[in-house]
Amino acid sequence: MTAIRCVELCKYYQQGDAVIKALDHVTLDIDEGSFICLSGPSGSGKTTLLNAIGGLDALDSGEIHIDGDRVDQLGKGPLADLRLHHIGFVFQAYNLIPVLTARENVEFVMQVQGVPARQRREKSLAILREVGLEGMENRRPAQLSGGQQQRVAVARAIVSQPKLVLADEPTANLDSETAKHLMELFSELNEHHNVTFLIATHDERVMRYAARLIKMQDGKVISDKAQISN
Amino acid sequence: MSKASTLPVAAMTRLAWRNLWRNLRRTLIMLLAIAVGVWAMIFMTALMRGMVDEMIKDGINSLPGYVQIHNPEFRDDPSIENSLEEPGEEFQGALLGPEVTGWTSRVRVPAMISSERDNRGVTLLGVDPDGEIALGFDRHSIVQGRFLTGPDDKGLVIGRKLLERLETDLGKRVVVMSQDPENNVADRGFRVVGVYKAKLASLEEAFIYAGRSTVQSLLKMDGKVSEIAIAGKDYREVGPLLQTVVDAAPNGVEVLPWMELDSYLGMMMGVMDGFVLVWVIVIFLALSFGLVNTLMMAVFERVREIGLMQALGMRPAAILYQVLMESLLLLLLGLLAGNLLAIASILPLREGIDISVVAQGMEMMGAGSMLYPALTLHDLIMANSVVIVLGLLTSLLPAWRASQYKPVEAIAKI
Repeated sequence: MTAIRCVELCKYYQQGDAVIKALDHVTLDIDEGSFICLSGPSGSGKTTLLNAIGGLDALDSGEIHIDGDRVDQLGKGPLADLRLHHIGFVFQAYNLIPVLTARENVEFVMQVQGVPARQRREKSLAILREVGLEGMENRRPAQLSGGQQQRVAVARAIVSQPKLVLADEPTANLDSETAKHLMELFSELNEHHNVTFLIATHDERVMRYAARLIKMQDGKVISDKAQISN
Repeated sequence: MSKASTLPVAAMTRLAWRNLWRNLRRTLIMLLAIAVGVWAMIFMTALMRGMVDEMIKDGINSLPGYVQIHNPEFRDDPSIENSLEEPGEEFQGALLGPEVTGWTSRVRVPAMISSERDNRGVTLLGVDPDGEIALGFDRHSIVQGRFLTGPDDKGLVIGRKLLERLETDLGKRVVVMSQDPENNVADRGFRVVGVYKAKLASLEEAFIYAGRSTVQSLLKMDGKVSEIAIAGKDYREVGPLLQTVVDAAPNGVEVLPWMELDSYLGMMMGVMDGFVLVWVIVIFLALSFGLVNTLMMAVFERVREIGLMQALGMRPAAILYQVLMESLLLLLLGLLAGNLLAIASILPLREGIDISVVAQGMEMMGAGSMLYPALTLHDLIMANSVVIVLGLLTSLLPAWRASQYKPVEAIAKI
């Protein structure tokens, strides 16, 4: 089943007299349960595509369908609801709310969703255990390393079992060991929970985990290939 | 599609509380500013309210009472012809109700007082001394001699200033002359048995006191008086008392509350209420610049975080709520500190502040040399309400701006 359908996506930026084509007629179909990496040089449109699919940025033209529903024309409120219930985000950095503990950061989305307190607590502790952060629930982000913070962000992104996880350079600030651990976690979630992953990355180590690799350049998809993943 | 999320009040409130303490110094400075501002609002209001209260009470107690009954023509022509009957038993019974704390009837006529050296136009008051004291006449205002002992006392009590003007003295005789109902001159010699001091020197020259029965006899007014004055519990809430008196009063008389009898005093109360509101608003305006700046900085520093929350699924309304809640918590803490500070500084001053160094100037305004702060629930509520309401309104702009950030731009901020 097609989870995401992108049809002729266009996004332009004005830079002085020049028009930058961040997305130039991008058309894609992404099946449910896919594990896809978007690769390409800086400025190729990877982040713009992720932001468009996640409803963080408006398109100039084109259509985005998620589970058959068109989402590119939704208002701010419905888009927020879509992200809340169906999409998890992992950014390159600054993923966590500094005044909340690790557990509270993980619980945050569930709290906004209205999940009861006891259930939130149980799920958040379980997921923190799964990402290897047992015992660190009550630490604030400033008391965690970059890798630990990223793992908390991943835990938050997946704890409410979204259909889709959008990750933008999730391993950029991590050492090799941590990056490897993170990708193995992603793979496991993809395999066992059928979560669709769309990851924008330069990191070849990350690309090796993807079953499908989409290369972008100058806002266009220049290559879209299946590959054997790790 | 996705179900609409409800406002996550608990999550946003917790976030607001914690964000308040992120920049401790800034928050403490703002709290101090709010506390001092609120203290100033309440403390100064209490002082001013106390001053006006004393002026009004002195004004009411000096003569009008809370409610007065007259002949309808009396106020235009306060002569002996425009008198009314002394209150009968039925009326007196009606004045035993809980709203009435005291009442008395008086004769009040224009008269001439003459000594060996001088003479003056005055108002002759024929009174029942016990009734006057129940209505607020201050026994301690008698600085020489004594007050009258009863309505048939044959002595005269005059003001200190009048005593000086007439160049007479306690114990000496003066002549008081007025007009009886047949327009004949009615005069009589009185011995000065007491001298009083009033808050306003002009009053000391205006009014002289004699026994009511003595004056009625002099003016051939048996059974008649010029006015009936009634006192109640709270001069600010005179409505129920007025209604009681109107219901009990006989037909053909005029019943008026003190604010209509003395429009200057009445106006002072209204002006005071308006002044308090203006004062509170002015102080708040000074505070509001700091409040807006604090919130703008707090929002500006957290743009990326706001973008993150939007990416996680927070609706703009939730962002707005969070910033407003942060402002509300700041205001509430500041209010608490300010209120406590105000109460703590006012309570020790209950016995009054001696301002006799400027007493002469105060006397000209009708105020005494002691200032009693008056902290009312109404003023407390008003000050707190103005701070909260205007504070939240002032916070709307930074809160709205925060809620309108575009997620992709907010997240990209460094």
